[in-house]
Amino acid sequence: MSGPAAHGAPILTVRDLRIQTAAGAEIVGGVDLALEHGQTLGIVGESGSGKTTMALALLGYAARGARIAGGEVEVDGESLLGLSEGALREVRGRLISYVPQDAGQALNPSLRIGASIGDVIRARGVEGTSRIRGLLAAVDLPNTDAFARRLPHQLSGGQQQRVTIAMALGCEPPVVVMDEPTTGLDVVTQQSVLREVRRLRQERGVSIVYVSHDLAVVSQIADRMAVMYAGRVVEEGPTADLLNNPRHPYTKGLIQSIPNHRQPTALVPMEGTALGVEDRPTGCPFAPRCPQRTDACVEALPELIDLGPGPGSGTGPDLAPGGRHLVRCLHHAATPPVEAGPALGSHEAAAARAAALSVTGLRATHRGRAETVVAAEDITFDVAAGECVALVGESGSGKSTIARCLVGLHRPEAGTITLAGTELADRIRKRTVEQRRGIQYVFQNPFQSLNPRRRIGEDLARPGRVLRGLSAADARAEVPALLERVRLPARLADRFPHQLSGGERQRVAIARALAARPDVLVCDEVTSALDVSVQAAIIEVLASLRADLGVAVLLITHDIGVVAVAADRVLVLEHGLVCESGPTGQILRAPQHPYTRRLIAAAPTLARHPGGEP
Amino acid sequence: MSSPTTRVTTRAMTRVIPRTVSGRVGLALLLLVVLIALTGTWFAPHDPNRTLAAPYTPPSGRLPLGADFLGRDVLSRVLSGGRSVLLYSGLATLLAYAGGLTIGLVAGYSRSWLDSVLMRVVDVLLSFPALVFLLLLATAAGRGIGSVVIASAVVQLPPIARIVKTAALEQSVRGYVEAAVARGESTFSVLRREILPNISRTLAADIGLRFTWSVLLIASVNFLGLGLQPPAADWGLMVSENRGGAALNPSAMLIPAALLGVLTLAINLLGDDMSGGDR
Repeated sequence: MSGPAAHGAPILTVRDLRIQTAAGAEIVGGVDLALEHGQTLGIVGESGSGKTTMALALLGYAARGARIAGGEVEVDGESLLGLSEGALREVRGRLISYVPQDAGQALNPSLRIGASIGDVIRARGVEGTSRIRGLLAAVDLPNTDAFARRLPHQLSGGQQQRVTIAMALGCEPPVVVMDEPTTGLDVVTQQSVLREVRRLRQERGVSIVYVSHDLAVVSQIADRMAVMYAGRVVEEGPTADLLNNPRHPYTKGLIQSIPNHRQPTALVPMEGTALGVEDRPTGCPFAPRCPQRTDACVEALPELIDLGPGPGSGTGPDLAPGGRHLVRCLHHAATPPVEAGPALGSHEAAAARAAALSVTGLRATHRGRAETVVAAEDITFDVAAGECVALVGESGSGKSTIARCLVGLHRPEAGTITLAGTELADRIRKRTVEQRRGIQYVFQNPFQSLNPRRRIGEDLARPGRVLRGLSAADARAEVPALLERVRLPARLADRFPHQLSGGERQRVAIARALAARPDVLVCDEVTSALDVSVQAAIIEVLASLRADLGVAVLLITHDIGVVAVAADRVLVLEHGLVCESGPTGQILRAPQHPYTRRLIAAAPTLARHPGGEP
Repeated sequence: MSSPTTRVTTRAMTRVIPRTVSGRVGLALLLLVVLIALTGTWFAPHDPNRTLAAPYTPPSGRLPLGADFLGRDVLSRVLSGGRSVLLYSGLATLLAYAGGLTIGLVAGYSRSWLDSVLMRVVDVLLSFPALVFLLLLATAAGRGIGSVVIASAVVQLPPIARIVKTAALEQSVRGYVEAAVARGESTFSVLRREILPNISRTLAADIGLRFTWSVLLIASVNFLGLGLQPPAADWGLMVSENRGGAALNPSAMLIPAALLGVLTLAINLLGDDMSGGDR
């Protein structure tokens, strides 16, 4: 069904789609979208923006607790909403299909992948292993019987995601909805899955709705983009036009929050945090955070305003209606252009100072039942006071194990760890209180790092008591200052973790580490579970800690963009070995090791100029 | 901001009053049964151990619930028979939990050879049928309610240890537990402050079930003649003693059975409430 991109009737039309919670609160309100043949529509939004709920509604599905309250979804001229469950089942797969977010969870772990794919096509009355093989080949997987007999856990994350894409293609639907298909994959794998999606669109003429929180990824694949905030589309337009000339202050804020490793500048975080479904205002949902807010913004929700074909889309096939740029902002003309943040300070300044932490010849292993896996080998580096050193690598490169050795949660096999001139014992029990205080660890997952049964204030007071010998009252008295240090209001001290957003929790976790007055802060993927706008704010907090308190930061991350804006020096880890290290600027500009080069090339950046990647 | 003292009191209050309707019903029923069990003897119209009528005399004005298999007043025996149920079943449950919780927490948290040793012992205990094992223990320890209580605690300990271990193991890899370990907190402090509060909901649901089991186990053993000895009045004992006359005076069996039912229902409703929660 490939062919020239047919203009005219869109293949997918969404009109005034509204989704509510059972209690009647609006999750998604009045969304209009259109997707043309063979095109990719990117839907971008941060957590809680309603993008996944909407993506599922495109298949006529509402998750538990949600209800499609009205509107219309039309695929290839057939209306989906209002169909019976049986009729919907027939439509799904034939007209529109879905690629879920977490392939590892979406595949039945006890079903061989050939059988999983077979189930999908058999439901449509197609039989045969040749078809299954064809689908495997279509997504660039080995089309052998041996491969089809594998179980999901025998596949890598990228292969699993390809299997879910093969399942979605099973009945050759004209439209495929992909919900964060590359989130959780490492950058190199992400790059190859994106290439796959692009190829499928070209070769098979599939039209794609691509949903993601990652503006950089979407910018590389989408022809058009819709930005969602608090359940509404706030801006929509041709990708290049939208990125080069964002008219909504939220879109602009998002763009400025994304670190760019090709031209690193300081990030410009947005004020405030996103609202929950229950407390959305009647006016513009972004108004409370907006620098351009006026009284009119608060009174009523602005309409989507058609700005006509954008200046960036004057040529090529992007003619109306596909080329239109729409924005939901009263003061769109006043939105200033995207500005680069201030240039980053000199990277080499801190290196002259004495090392706060040094690691020499560290070796760590994981002992399994059958074999011993070396997680890190011969790791040597140091971090000066006020300096930020990044450990970069993909999952499985051993970076978390190194961090755990530093704080004494994992016993290294060999090597020394020296804090402020004294060598540390390999086990936490053998370290002195002063040594335990000196290194603090911030965990990767903010949803698991705070005790759900304890109030924030209690959690923040504890390190002061245990590690600095403060009285209960003194430790308690420090809590407001700690919260302020990470830009949180003091009233949060009375809350429980579940009452906080992910970004707030991560800041609390950083504040808890600061309560010990550490010399070295080990941050393990502290931003990877968070939205980019929140990530920008956390990076800013880390920078202020280094500048104001002289804390040495060891930043563990897989994200080259974060490294570019936050770190002075970098160590690149591959399979537990340091393959390259040096000042950040130098490594990013002129990577020597092939692995570093691959990592940097695969890291997504905003494709802000027509023509895609540079 | 409220002062620390008012906050503590409001927290204590919200902890006592169940959040859900079914939880409140459970609490009300529990209080009712406990009230009957504790104060019943004062209101008993007759001596619970005196023969007053022919066996299985149906209810009448003098004996509102009729007579039991020895012609004793059922109402008086019902009013006096709750105390031993609550006392011995409660004691057995508490003992079982004290042991199971300790073993489970240590095994789940230590992740060392201690875990394997404790759990293999528990597995061996689990492989015995509970009632047979209980009879064996109670016989070996000698007749009397004391050995029955201890034996039924031992029998219930392995499944409790398993549940606690699984729950504690899941907690022990959480960030807040590791943060506490990295602070150098003592094992006891980590278990009490970080792990126990977070598995208490799972345990709250389980403890109701265990209590129900204790009631049934002790009643069965009493029935077999190893525990409480006749003529003691006890709801569990009454159900088994009077089952022969179910057609003549059903209330002699049904009323104590119903009270046992209400008691276990109440405890399970409360347990569900505590384990559900809103956070």
